Amino acid sequence: MANVLKDIKFDAEGFMEDAKAWNEEVAKAIAEREGITLSPRHWVVLNYCRKEYETKGEAPTLRNITKNTDVNTKELYELFPAGPGKLAAKVAGLKKPTGCI
Amino acid sequence: MKTFLILGAGTAGTMMAVKMAKKLDPQEWKIIQVDQDPVHYYQPGFLFIPFGVYKPEDVKQPKRRYIPRRVEYIESEVEVIQPAANKVKLAKDGREIAYDYLVIATGSTIRPDETEGLKDGGWGKNIFDFYTYEGTVALSKFLQRWEGGRLVLSVAEMPIKCPVAPLEFLFLADWYFTKKGIRNKVDLTLATPLPGAFTKPVASAVLGDLLSRKGIHVEPDFAISDVDSVNNKVNSYDKRSLGYDLLVSIPVNMGSPLIERSDMGDDLYFVPTDKHTLQSKQWPNVWVVGDAANIPASKAGAVAHFEMEFAIENILAHMQGKEMTGKFDGHANCYIETGFGKAALIDFNYDVEPLTGKYPVPGVGPFTLLGESTINHWGKLAFRFMYWNMLMRDIPMPVSNTMSMAGKKA
Repeated sequence: MANVLKDIKFDAEGFMEDAKAWNEEVAKAIAEREGITLSPRHWVVLNYCRKEYETKGEAPTLRNITKNTDVNTKELYELFPAGPGKLAAKVAGLKKPTGCI
Repeated sequence: MKTFLILGAGTAGTMMAVKMAKKLDPQEWKIIQVDQDPVHYYQPGFLFIPFGVYKPEDVKQPKRRYIPRRVEYIESEVEVIQPAANKVKLAKDGREIAYDYLVIATGSTIRPDETEGLKDGGWGKNIFDFYTYEGTVALSKFLQRWEGGRLVLSVAEMPIKCPVAPLEFLFLADWYFTKKGIRNKVDLTLATPLPGAFTKPVASAVLGDLLSRKGIHVEPDFAISDVDSVNNKVNSYDKRSLGYDLLVSIPVNMGSPLIERSDMGDDLYFVPTDKHTLQSKQWPNVWVVGDAANIPASKAGAVAHFEMEFAIENILAHMQGKEMTGKFDGHANCYIETGFGKAALIDFNYDVEPLTGKYPVPGVGPFTLLGESTINHWGKLAFRFMYWNMLMRDIPMPVSNTMSMAGKKA
């Protein structure tokens, strides 16, 4: 699996630098590195993140994810335990979500 | 006659009205302003009320007192904005106002109902907010009688109005309980959804250090799932649980329900706005100022003040069909009250995070950046006078609207 990530550039915190280099295999490999085995429910979130990125250019907020998918916040934390906002973006190959000021 | 309509008469809306009353030709323009609440609150003062530094009457003035005479001021709720039709509908008498230009200054509001259990049994008994007048006055009464215990300050979700207020509250609490002689009976905890004390690295490190020196515990990355007010516990999604005797809550902050009703907002009902021009991203004759905008700057009066000049420059250029050249840089600065008669100061913008150093102000400063000093504390307290008498009256302040690197240690 790790080989899939061989040619992919990451920033210091492990977010992909080029979202276009992402595909499903890459997602699986990043998830594995973060200790997550992807289930269909993970993919509901990841596919939504990718769709938002393609239309808006950035990762969606948690509130945005829970509002527009059938995944609620509780489940999000079960799927991506160490902070779903950052982790979902990371596995979806997107930049770290722009924090609040 | 054309109509310039302003919704909201708080900090940003009032500044807009005062300045535009001087700029727009009365032969050509009618200015109308609508707000539902007759009281103008000096919101930075809410922080001081629980600790008896300010009395409730120190932070209230009638809104009308600051509105220029040429402005038609209407006290009414707004039912809906119809930006495609260039009009708004008021609740009062079902009146409709057609506008040529609209300024949205409807602010942000706390929504405790967004967090499960927050408004159950404990609300107003041992759970309080200090972002509303009612909340902070109730909390001050509670604190007068409180004999100590576990105080948890919980921030529900970012962004919040004035992101340093939770820290200031805890610094002041440390001072207040020390002065009362019961600091040894009080545990102070900050439960924050952020990874540390503040949103930006340098300030987060400096302020985090200050919290720990004052014996204030930080529970980082605490995403609140619910409040159990039977057992006095606040729980996080990652299964942490904090017991409290007093819960000071900063609930979810959202834009006005009017923005929600008018379907003009993002997920939190803040209006998508160009961060440099302050023009609505969707409607070219609509501008958004103050907390109502979704720009990535602090929701604070200082930001409303600094952005105002650029918003107005752009509105006037747009009216004349000229290119908009006003470019707000996200400048924010705020005094951070740190207790024991001292305060720190931070100054930053979209691109430069708060740094240490000195902040030069002609005739008054320099003020210490990101370090505690007595003059910063007096700067903070003097600001109430400046707010009512200079800011709301359009008397120039000796502070630049764009950020400067002078004195900062990069």
